[in-house]
Amino acid sequence: MTGRFRRLDETDRALVRLTVDGSEITALEGDTLMVAMLNSGLALRNAEFGPERRAGFCLMGACQDCWVRDTDGNALRACSTPVENGLAITTQPLTADWSVAP
Amino acid sequence: MSERVVIIGAGPAGVRAAEAVVRAGIRPVVIDEGSRSGGQIYRRQPEGFKRSYETLYGSEADRARAVHETFDALLPQIDYRPETLVWNVAEGRVWAARAGETEAIPYDRLIVCSGATDRLAPVPGWQLAGCYSLGGSQVALKAQACSIGGAVVFMGTGPLLYYVASQYVKAGANVVAVLDTSPFAGRVRALPKLAEQPDLLWQGVTLTFGLIRAGVTVLSGITPVEISGDPQSGISGVTVRTASGDVRQFDCDAVAMGWHLRPETQIADLARASFAFDPRTRQWLPEIDGDGRSSAPGLYLAGDGAKILGARSAEVTGELAALAALGDMGHAVDKDRRCYLMAQRARYVRFAEGLAEAFPWPHQFVADTADSTIVCRCEGVTAGTLRASVSEAFATETNRAKAFSRVGMGRCQGRYCGNASAEIVSALRGEAVERAGRLRGQAPVKPIPVGTARTDA
Amino acid sequence: MSTPELTADVAIIGGGLMGCSAAFFLAQRGLSVILLETDKVGRQASGTNFGNVRRQGRPITQLPLANRASRIWRQANELLGSDVEYLQNGHIRVCFRDRPENVGKMEEYAVQAREEGLDLELLSGNMLRERFPWLGTDVLAGSHSAMDGHANPRLAAPAFARAAMKLGARVIEDTKIVHAAKIGEDFVLEAEDGRRFRAPTLLVTAGAWAGKIVSQFGETVKLTPRAPTMSVTEPVPYSILPAVGVMTPDEVETVYFRQVARGNIVLGGSTRAPSYPDEYRSYVMPQNTMTQFQHLRRLAPALAKLQVIRVWSGIEGYTDDALPVMGPSGTVPGLFYAFGFSGSGFQIGPGVGETMAELIATGHTDIPIGQYSIGRFG
Repeated sequence: MTGRFRRLDETDRALVRLTVDGSEITALEGDTLMVAMLNSGLALRNAEFGPERRAGFCLMGACQDCWVRDTDGNALRACSTPVENGLAITTQPLTADWSVAP
Repeated sequence: MSERVVIIGAGPAGVRAAEAVVRAGIRPVVIDEGSRSGGQIYRRQPEGFKRSYETLYGSEADRARAVHETFDALLPQIDYRPETLVWNVAEGRVWAARAGETEAIPYDRLIVCSGATDRLAPVPGWQLAGCYSLGGSQVALKAQACSIGGAVVFMGTGPLLYYVASQYVKAGANVVAVLDTSPFAGRVRALPKLAEQPDLLWQGVTLTFGLIRAGVTVLSGITPVEISGDPQSGISGVTVRTASGDVRQFDCDAVAMGWHLRPETQIADLARASFAFDPRTRQWLPEIDGDGRSSAPGLYLAGDGAKILGARSAEVTGELAALAALGDMGHAVDKDRRCYLMAQRARYVRFAEGLAEAFPWPHQFVADTADSTIVCRCEGVTAGTLRASVSEAFATETNRAKAFSRVGMGRCQGRYCGNASAEIVSALRGEAVERAGRLRGQAPVKPIPVGTARTDA
Repeated sequence: MSTPELTADVAIIGGGLMGCSAAFFLAQRGLSVILLETDKVGRQASGTNFGNVRRQGRPITQLPLANRASRIWRQANELLGSDVEYLQNGHIRVCFRDRPENVGKMEEYAVQAREEGLDLELLSGNMLRERFPWLGTDVLAGSHSAMDGHANPRLAAPAFARAAMKLGARVIEDTKIVHAAKIGEDFVLEAEDGRRFRAPTLLVTAGAWAGKIVSQFGETVKLTPRAPTMSVTEPVPYSILPAVGVMTPDEVETVYFRQVARGNIVLGGSTRAPSYPDEYRSYVMPQNTMTQFQHLRRLAPALAKLQVIRVWSGIEGYTDDALPVMGPSGTVPGLFYAFGFSGSGFQIGPGVGETMAELIATGHTDIPIGQYSIGRFG
């Protein structure tokens, strides 16, 4: 188990497949994007103004710590976005013209 | 007379407000950020999850079920806008955004039930991955059946600290310790006021013993020293000084922190309500009368978004605010019902006063934080930079300190640093904290993309 | 009963960028200065504007003043001993495809500007997009001013005030002057709480609030208080060097943006709202935020995916001809004015301060300011 979060219950749900930085991860139907990413990884993104990784904070849409982007560049708040099959997430900073790095 | 009623929030206050408005024959617009109604304390798990109300809400299961069922029954009679953010209020219209589109919804009466978020104190290292707000740790469990880590420390103060830690234990999570900054003696002194809600008081006592029985270290009167860890992998431990002065270190990969709650007052602020300082909680609150009328015409405030009185009280103040709005529109209001609700509210106010005494905000600890502590998580600004805005650039209050230091300028708009900033600025100036003022609310209430387009113009 | 009275060579009413920089340059010339500010220095128009340090687009006759200001901006950090985040990364002024008539105006302007020492490079839309790929296809052409830039308005006026204090100027905040009169050789100023200030020279740099003071000296000027529409995005990788703005006769289209080194993109322009100087309040109207976004998406479509995290405004004073009032009073010797910058004062601010200091100290300046005389409204 390499994730930050631990599932305690409700594990009998359909599998959902998505990609994070090109690597496939599996999640469960009904997961938020944040839970999906933190059950298979330790963080969501890099801090802009410090050396540390960030993994969300409030989980209720208030702190704005958990924004990630899909590969079209749309910003998604991971704690309040449900996962969907085929969702493709990038945790890399945008390129100089604010598009998603290839 | 025009009777356009808009209710913001579908937690216990918003649901009871909507119920009262519908009963008067009006179809209100109910706007809520959540995808499902219930708010935070009565937050519903996603469709398809199977845990029972008792598992999710414990002693509050019946109340949660009643709130949910009431709202579901109202659906045909309300204009419900879930997953919708109110990002500004101006000239008698709320600006609601959803999926990149926005429209201005006019109102004659606006009932704001915007709820609360955790009040946070900066602790060295709290910017590391694995540190969550206490409420956030509860959301992980309640809405997603997850623990925030493999070994969790709960730190802060307030009844929610013990409640969430107990829920974690019950759900099978590994809880390492519950570390409360409030001294035990304060809780004893507050007993007469806490006895206003005897079942909640008893619940608090049994939860604490239950935690100890489960092998969880429970300490009162601690002072946080540091959250340690690595920038890449996140938290690896918590260090505190105990009431007797010993330094204790706890290995963990997650910390849930909260010092009671703070109301979400941005919408009231944008709607131009006046605010007053509440010395008991050391926070600025919108001024309301006993029914929930604010100083702004047509604006009513209820639930924890107006004053932190808890979820039970939110049902009461939500209905009261709706009755006030209806009365102000010329509807007949049941005086007995109003009197009953006012009496209920008075009891919750007294109970909340007891909680504030039993679980005080550790303002001295906050004011004393080291210069190297990150105060603003969004912008990565330290207490030292904040203090320099006072000592070198002559900031006299928090908005000026924000302009110079950026504390409060980030994405969260000061939700998680505003209280601390006021304590640090006022302490350095040797003034009472109210002299440091409050961070003024600025739109958007939460971020909106530049791609947002109007659909009504 | 005697009221304590502070005296100086020059009293200044109004602690915006004009007043603070004038205080600095007057102190630098060895004059004693009292700067009186109702609230906190640099909090309204000076602190809430876009931060454009832009010469191009200004009236040609204003360029000598703008050039003087430019020289000060370039050395501001050394001069003031604190960082005002001045970045000399250029300024691009563009026109939209549906207003082709502006291209000719841009060319004409560039010819005249060159004579005043401002070099502008005219570029077609495609050439612009080659260099600045984030510009949209709606951009028809543009003019690039390499030696312009931008700075942080929240920091600039307070930095001038602190530097003035280091030179001995007294900067007195939270002091509202309710009565101003010339008695004998001196101006006597009275604050709301009764404190008095006395000086043989008075400079009024009170922005949107100047009208009331001026009227106490028998002069009238109409100032319309307005509020700019400002926004800022989340931080994204730092990549846009110049400030960018639209040239158009239609206010709703006048949008502009710049990126600060930390990564946030500051957005400004579109319709301004009214503001309320008596209550010290200004508000961002949501409908203006929406038109701002709409026209910014034409200017730079890639902005659409960025999140706006905060909006703000402030109180600006506009004259009827959008030109400032600057120079000596027409009626009272020893009285000077610099206000009414009509939403365009930030870049020239330090130049205004230095010019007013020169005028007060020497009685003369080579900078052409005759067209800004208050007499034109008489």
